[in-house]
Amino acid sequence: MNEPRPQPDAAVDVVELRIPCKPEFVAIARLAIAAVAHRLSYSMDEIEDLKLAVAEACTNAIQHASESPAIDIRCELTDDELSVRVRDFGRGEMPEIRSRPLDEPRVGGLGVFLIRALMDDVTYDMHPGQGTELVMVKRHATEPTG
Amino acid sequence: MDIKVTVHEGRGDVYVVELGGEIDVYTSPQVRDAIGELIDRGIYNLVINLEHVRYIDSTGLGVLIGGLKRVREHGGSVNLVCTNPQIRKIFDITGLVKIFGIFEDDDAAMKALV
Repeated sequence: MNEPRPQPDAAVDVVELRIPCKPEFVAIARLAIAAVAHRLSYSMDEIEDLKLAVAEACTNAIQHASESPAIDIRCELTDDELSVRVRDFGRGEMPEIRSRPLDEPRVGGLGVFLIRALMDDVTYDMHPGQGTELVMVKRHATEPTG
Repeated sequence: MDIKVTVHEGRGDVYVVELGGEIDVYTSPQVRDAIGELIDRGIYNLVINLEHVRYIDSTGLGVLIGGLKRVREHGGSVNLVCTNPQIRKIFDITGLVKIFGIFEDDDAAMKALV
């Protein structure tokens, strides 16, 4: 958790948020990402997609890395895209990481499926003993105005 | 963050569960408990009205799927009322439109159950 933060890059605006790894704080992550995406003039539909994807990533951390004291959310803003890194500090193991189509009603596994469906790029990095990091990118469909 | 759950009798043996607010990892247990309570009372035909739901995530979907699976074991079913395009989109993406009957209002959803 105390690793050095990346040095600021003048070409990239960064917004960071740390929330406790607890269900009652996921709404704060949703509000924050909505505000960031609004700043970049994403459409309402795109903002809803981002809210859901970021919340799903946080929910994954809460469900699979409950031992993590916190979830770090780092947004990198450029003219073309918004990149969001969601990192927990759990064991770095997730039991179900693949997206899958729904062949039958099943209670688990929808979160990753939704993230992949709603975002343009999604990558996972699992660091055994250190946590899991999910990076997702939503590209701009329209030119930013801000 | 809020979730509102209201239950009332519908037509025949159908009960209507009206949900309002945001259904996520924090609030979905309340929804699960309300649906579970009805099923425990032997009520197996449900209309779940999502008209006033502003947000639902995979945990909310999981609760709906769990409820559907339980009532199906008793020959029942769950129909949804949903007109919010953003919420409807999530059912489309996940393929759950094939699992749930989704209707414009309570009447249509109940009619399809009785």
